[in-house]
Amino acid sequence: MTQATESAARREASGAEAFLKIDRLTKRFGIFTALSDVSLFVHKGEFVCFLGPSGCGKTTLLRAIAGLDIQSEGRVVQDQKDISGLPPNERDFGIVFQSYALFPNLTIRKNVAYGLQNRRMQRQAVETRVDELLALVGLADQADKYPAQLSGGQQQRVALARALAPSPGLILLDEPLSALDAKVRLHLRHEIKQLQQELGVTTIMVTHDQEEALTMADRIVVMNQGVIEQVGTPEEIYRNPASAFVADFIGAMNFLPGRVVSEGKVDCAEVELACDTGALPAGELVTLALRPEEVSIVGQGDRESEGQSEREKEGGNQLTLEVLYHEFLGPVVRLHLGPSGSEEELLRIELPAARARADEVRSGAPITVRLPQAALRVFARKAL
Amino acid sequence: MTSLAESDAPAGLKVKPKVGKDAWMMRALILIVALYLLASLAFPLITMLTRSFEIYDFSFQEVSVSFEENGQWVEKGTIQEWVDELSQPVNNGLLPTARTRIAASEVLPKPKRAGIERFRFQDLSAEGGLLLNEGDVSEAGEVIVVERGDLSRIFMKPTVENGVRNYLIYFQTPTLRLSIFNSLFIASVTTILTVGLAFFFAYALTRSCLPFKPFFRMVALVPILVPSLLPGIGLVYLFGEHGMIKELLFGGSIYGPIGIVIASTFYCFPHALIIILVALSITDARLYEAAISLRASRLKTFFTVTLPGARYGLVSAAFVVFNLVITDFGVPKVIGGQYNVLALDIYKQVVGQQNFEMGAVVSVVLLLPAVVAFTVDRAMQRRQVALLSASAVPYAPKPHRRFDFIMLGYCALVALFILGILAVCQYAALVKFYPYNLELGLKNYQFDRMDGGGWSSYMNSLRLAAYTAVIGTAVVFIGAYVVEKARGFKKARSGFQLLAMMPMAVPGMVLGLAYVFFFNDPDNPLNFLYGTMAILVISTVTHFYTVSHLTAVTALKQMDPEFESVSASLKQPFYRTFGRVTVPVCLPAILDISIYLFVNAMTTVSAVVFLYSPDTALASIAVLNMDDAGDIAPAAAMGMMIFYSNAIVRLLHAGLTRGVITRTQAWRMR
Repeated sequence: MTQATESAARREASGAEAFLKIDRLTKRFGIFTALSDVSLFVHKGEFVCFLGPSGCGKTTLLRAIAGLDIQSEGRVVQDQKDISGLPPNERDFGIVFQSYALFPNLTIRKNVAYGLQNRRMQRQAVETRVDELLALVGLADQADKYPAQLSGGQQQRVALARALAPSPGLILLDEPLSALDAKVRLHLRHEIKQLQQELGVTTIMVTHDQEEALTMADRIVVMNQGVIEQVGTPEEIYRNPASAFVADFIGAMNFLPGRVVSEGKVDCAEVELACDTGALPAGELVTLALRPEEVSIVGQGDRESEGQSEREKEGGNQLTLEVLYHEFLGPVVRLHLGPSGSEEELLRIELPAARARADEVRSGAPITVRLPQAALRVFARKAL
Repeated sequence: MTSLAESDAPAGLKVKPKVGKDAWMMRALILIVALYLLASLAFPLITMLTRSFEIYDFSFQEVSVSFEENGQWVEKGTIQEWVDELSQPVNNGLLPTARTRIAASEVLPKPKRAGIERFRFQDLSAEGGLLLNEGDVSEAGEVIVVERGDLSRIFMKPTVENGVRNYLIYFQTPTLRLSIFNSLFIASVTTILTVGLAFFFAYALTRSCLPFKPFFRMVALVPILVPSLLPGIGLVYLFGEHGMIKELLFGGSIYGPIGIVIASTFYCFPHALIIILVALSITDARLYEAAISLRASRLKTFFTVTLPGARYGLVSAAFVVFNLVITDFGVPKVIGGQYNVLALDIYKQVVGQQNFEMGAVVSVVLLLPAVVAFTVDRAMQRRQVALLSASAVPYAPKPHRRFDFIMLGYCALVALFILGILAVCQYAALVKFYPYNLELGLKNYQFDRMDGGGWSSYMNSLRLAAYTAVIGTAVVFIGAYVVEKARGFKKARSGFQLLAMMPMAVPGMVLGLAYVFFFNDPDNPLNFLYGTMAILVISTVTHFYTVSHLTAVTALKQMDPEFESVSASLKQPFYRTFGRVTVPVCLPAILDISIYLFVNAMTTVSAVVFLYSPDTALASIAVLNMDDAGDIAPAAAMGMMIFYSNAIVRLLHAGLTRGVITRTQAWRMR
């Protein structure tokens, strides 16, 4: 561990320098617990994504930070100031909603200027600031139109400009891209990220779209059923999921049922696989997880795969399965594999379409795959 | 501020949300509007309910009498003994009410007190309050001595107890009991008739290519603009003693159930039509396309697609009409003859017999079917909304000559009926002395020469309508805003919502009587309102609160729920967003609410009939009173004045709405 990361880790642990500190937050709606004992740090200038399926509590957490639905228990500290119980208008944040919530009867200019009024700002200064922001989001020529006259993507940019106008210390984005069509979404994703880096404003975004989170966030907070499953950089989350839930939620993942035989050995589909069992005792029911791209093909039918070294062939962790069916996805072909003579699917792998030959992917074709020891993640069964 | 060094608070650290300035103002608003609804609705109704259980009796045996004879006080027993010896029963044998008083001079017959100089009365009861001396109530054990000349100052006052005797009497009195049956009968018949007529009218407007649709739609809505008394008057001229076409009744009398049903159908028609029109116009055109592709006949399509699609609308319309008829008192008053109905009984008990307790009992009886009808209607409305799917394709009828022609004939008949009634009323108002002098003139417009308040009552009505429209719209809209937009206060808000729905279930007569009980109580700090224009405005706003409230809530629901969140994050006070965004966006709905309140304030009779004073007589009440006094032609004239005023205001409103939408709602255009 280098010194820099070590100090970052220490900082992380104490939260002393965190810009936003969420401390043991719990939120109940009647008997339903939406958030349960959640703690989190967000550093200054960071772009953090709350990621999770609907109902996982990510929006509840965001609304607690905003003061829109104040938590039942726990503290929120922003910029060294305890804001736990403050109403939204006594906090320092800008917010953008999925619906944009632009005022329909006000022009774009007036929408952006809305938060600049009642602040003892000169009229001229307000105008300058509005022009500056509209230029920043590339809508300078649309200033006198009404929101309904703009496209969805343009409306979302207006909403962002409006939230940024009073220069808040924190920007909250609640599923900002969900209402847009795929192409605009891709474009705006990049634009928002760039704008955030340019302005250096601390940003929290709520999303259920893993791709959005992976591409935009500095750190991702994966949430499920009111608790945080894992916090980490996109790469950490993808490579080292802390739980079967995270493994499943981020990217495609194969799950294989198994049982620990002894330390480092798991029995799966009547084959003994070598993998890191950690502290799990023998006899424990487990789930093995690995990504489709981590599965390597040893042999298809009786023809040996080219470029396969002898050593690898003998490296163990091999399963001989049968192709149940395949799906053509354009660049790749997805194979659904199962034990010979069984209808049950065990493994899903993807082959570059150029490499897949029709006779090799037909139903019933035998195929031998290797599950690399390093790629196999073992989770106790009850965790899933 | 908490130091960050002491990290990790213990779990379960409760948060006390700070109440910001906005939240305080919001709370104050909730409190004000809730207090308004409590004072104008809940408290009066509770007062009325308790009054219906109050029983008044005289405790004559607890008042002793002594005469001064030759300077000596001589015991003369209790009042009870005196009463027993009277040749006729006190109070003409009627049961006492809260306002019944028995004069001491009535109980002590003149011959038996001849020559007595002084009288002594003693209140022997433990609670006191049995005697009145010049208006002062006696205390327990108090002794009152009066000279001979002052005996007329002494009155006996009944004491009050709680019990169900009023209800027992009510249900043991055949004439009163009959009213329940009559009311249910009239309401049921009118409901079937009106809903049937309105359904086919709506069917013609939505499913045929009949010409002049806007004209028919407009004519069908006209009855909303007239007081319910007017169709009754029109029928009197058509079918009464000297009716223009009374032969059509073949000797039957229009005074009674026939007249009530026809007149009620006239004024309930638009209410049913509006609901059924909505139900019919949301049907998905694709269902019809499917029916055609399955080769279903026109009749089969009607029974399998049209009717089921409109079923909730039909049931809802039925209950609305039922409620309107059973709570209406204008129509039976004018044309009911000897036929008693519940709403009329309340009027008769209170205005005729001054028996307020019995009026309260009838009110409670009337409240029951009204509440049931209202509850069913609400449930139906909710389901109707659920039927509306966002992807429904609107139905566009195709021309079909024979069908369109039949529908045109039908609509023309309905329009003729509606316009005919109005034309007859206008003609009657202009004729000098029907049926003997058919010259035209304005004699009947000299309202100042008739009972009922004259032209000033008309001006009062305009004032009431204007105040109701302005104040009512403000109260209703702010109330709806608070219900919809306030964060937190869940219980307060749902309680408020319930209160806001109640007025629709409360018949106007019941509300008016409840106001008498509540505001006329000298101990009520709000007593000063009694007999003023203010109480008329309050009662009218409350009477028509629910529909206005629902209009406002619908408009507010269509706004993005995050407007308030965004404004708060931009550190803007809520009232700024309310003024700059909420009100402008909801302006069309606000205008709708104000015209609704205006029109109804002009035509309403039921709630205000107990509440007006000589200074605040209203045009609609003048119609009632002039009709009562036999001045039917002036009554028709005044009724038509109300119609013309409403029509003009309605047109102004249409113009204003259009102007407002083009000028300030530019954002609605793409």
